[in-house]
Amino acid sequence: MQSINIKACPVIAKHIKVALVGQPNVGKSMLINSVSNAHLHVGNFSGVTVDKTEVLFDYKDYNFTVVDLPGTYAFTDYTIEERVTHDYLCAEEYDIIINVVDSTNLEKNLQLTSELLTMSKKLVIALNMSDEAEKEGIEIDAEYMSELLNIPCVKVSAATKMGIEDLIDAVIQKYESDKNEPKLIFSEAVEEEISTIVEYLQKHKYEARNSYRNIAINLLKENKKTYAKLHDNPIWTELQPILIEASKHIELHHDTDDIKEAFAEEYAAFNRGIVAEVVKQTKNIESKTLTEKIDSILIHPIFGIPIFLFFMWGLFQLTFTLGNIPMEWIDGFFGWLGSAVAPTIGNDDIRSLVVDGIIGGVGAVVLFTPNIIILFIGIALLETTGYMSRVAFLLDGFFHKFGLHGQSFIPLVTGFGCSIPAYMSARILKNDRDRLLTLFIIGFMSCGARLPVYVLFTGAFFAQSMAGNILFGIYISGALLGLVFAKILKLTAFKGVDEPFVMEMPKYRLPSVKLIWHTVLTQTIMYLKKAGTFIAGAAMLIWFLSNYPHNLDLDKEYSVKIEKAVDANEKAMFENKLAEEQLGQSYLGRIGKLTEPLFAPLGFDWKMNVALQAGLAAKEVVVSTLGVLYSMGGDVDETSKSLADNIRQNIPFASAVAFIVVIMIYLPCLAATTVFAKEAGSWKYAVYLFFFTSVVAYVLAFIAYRVTLLIT
Amino acid sequence: MKTLLDCQRGEKVKVAKLNAAYDLKQRLISFGIMKDAVVEVLEHAPRKKTIEVKVGKMKLALRSQEAAQIEVKDI
Repeated sequence: MQSINIKACPVIAKHIKVALVGQPNVGKSMLINSVSNAHLHVGNFSGVTVDKTEVLFDYKDYNFTVVDLPGTYAFTDYTIEERVTHDYLCAEEYDIIINVVDSTNLEKNLQLTSELLTMSKKLVIALNMSDEAEKEGIEIDAEYMSELLNIPCVKVSAATKMGIEDLIDAVIQKYESDKNEPKLIFSEAVEEEISTIVEYLQKHKYEARNSYRNIAINLLKENKKTYAKLHDNPIWTELQPILIEASKHIELHHDTDDIKEAFAEEYAAFNRGIVAEVVKQTKNIESKTLTEKIDSILIHPIFGIPIFLFFMWGLFQLTFTLGNIPMEWIDGFFGWLGSAVAPTIGNDDIRSLVVDGIIGGVGAVVLFTPNIIILFIGIALLETTGYMSRVAFLLDGFFHKFGLHGQSFIPLVTGFGCSIPAYMSARILKNDRDRLLTLFIIGFMSCGARLPVYVLFTGAFFAQSMAGNILFGIYISGALLGLVFAKILKLTAFKGVDEPFVMEMPKYRLPSVKLIWHTVLTQTIMYLKKAGTFIAGAAMLIWFLSNYPHNLDLDKEYSVKIEKAVDANEKAMFENKLAEEQLGQSYLGRIGKLTEPLFAPLGFDWKMNVALQAGLAAKEVVVSTLGVLYSMGGDVDETSKSLADNIRQNIPFASAVAFIVVIMIYLPCLAATTVFAKEAGSWKYAVYLFFFTSVVAYVLAFIAYRVTLLIT
Repeated sequence: MKTLLDCQRGEKVKVAKLNAAYDLKQRLISFGIMKDAVVEVLEHAPRKKTIEVKVGKMKLALRSQEAAQIEVKDI
């Protein structure tokens, strides 16, 4: 190594790529934040549902890349996290593994460690939460543990930043030293079989990067990747009978027919031995821990659910009351921006595109950012404190009746705010089928963007005193429909064995402000970036379709009429009439008229068709489209009195009911559908969702239309 | 045959055998529920649909169906 003093020079600096691995809830994210205090770059890998996070930083003469892998209990490839982590560790290039363990629960955490030991990679163990362990009277002899396992073990605390430098130094030292085999000792029966296989491999001089011992262990564990490698080798024919014999012997020894169970018991025995050697419990454990005391209230068989409902009510109150304040500012800002930008653009078409299309469309999405931030903070709090697992525990019984999982609750509730974060929060569901089912149901929870449409229609057809109840009824019936369809989907498309519900109930922890800030910020930026860029595109498309082709003859015809108009009222009437005719012959209008026969059984005219189809892009567009189409000009919102009057006069009550039913059920918006496809893992599912929601919406709207016709 | 579902709140038992299918078995094992592990039943959700147990220092929630597949014996 050169000792020239050029710090962090990219040419001289050595790159160390670290894979950060650990069980869930051991404080990996917090550790990565403490390590990279001045982190330069946080990137999300695309293509996988559960994100790996990469953090870069410099320390001494080294350039570190730390890959934070999703938490995993073991390598059973049961959940997405497990698959992502396992695949990364087996297939990707990296220099060293940091295995983060929870010092307060060492024995359980070592279960994953023992699987890492046979990977033949350089390994450093970070004994995290040392401060907490000390408080609980748990003393770990890290030096002795390093000696026993032949792996550096460093006490750290991500919360108090204790031992962070020692950990990085240990990583550097390990990186610079040669690889040495960790010590992992099995029972006599297993050791015997391992040495038989090792002898065989030695005899045939099998060439491999991994040690013979590790290959033997992996073969006995029925590791698929190791099998695949050896399968094509000529020695396989002779090796196979030896392996079969060995497995039989081990299974007999453990009284099981499952070799993985046998190995799990082996690991557990080894870990118990390690823990007995290095851990000393100095304080007597209290009869009831703080977590257990809190739990006796929060998951109380009677009070548990009311307490939870109170928390949710509080979160929604905050979302709407607190969120409304900045919403007005944002609305004002985009209004100001539009009127400030408009005079600077000379060309009429471009001005309309920028002001009505882009600024209007993007503004509509940015408008919801405050609500979304509050919702994200609420969800982050639920997650980091450990309360979410309790909710799942309380609600699993009820949800299970409808084929949903206890943890489906959070995405469904989030869906009342906005479907996009709801789709994203469905990630907490570990099982693919449970997650897909939940994703399909989220749309039934009416999102905030549908509210304006409901307000407009209930206001148009019902007295003020009744409108509120009707509105509430719409939301509730949507949610109930969702549960019913969850059951139907579970019995048909997502048929199969019930997925087991086995979930850790983590200790309650005070949330770290830094961690929540980090999580919320990343998610919010993602929301703004993805939905924003997307909405800008969609808004431009809708703008284009509703403005082209532009009929100049109509312009001429009406400009004469407008000039001749006797007063401002008549002038406005002609201007609206012009807008209506232009729209009628635009691409959007043509589509509306073309699809008229399809929607005729529901009692829709072409204007309602266009509004619904525009609503596929975003529900915010429905009201403004109706406004334009019913000759009110483009600048309307749900409060404009005369639009409600116009709708009452032009739309029959039964058609209006059918219209609301469609709005309730069909796709939330294009941005949400893109997120849905990403979260579901394939665009195929978005197509299914489109057909599922469209068919259900059509059928139910038809029934609603006919029934309303009968009773009115 | 006694299973985890039959245990009262506060009862401490030892796992005798896992009668679960492959996936669930792996899942239980990865959480430390395996032969000879000591399990304590902490709470029952309304109507015993879900139960909370303690294995070592970790608390776990299990559905009643899963709990019924874990054979236990008294200590």
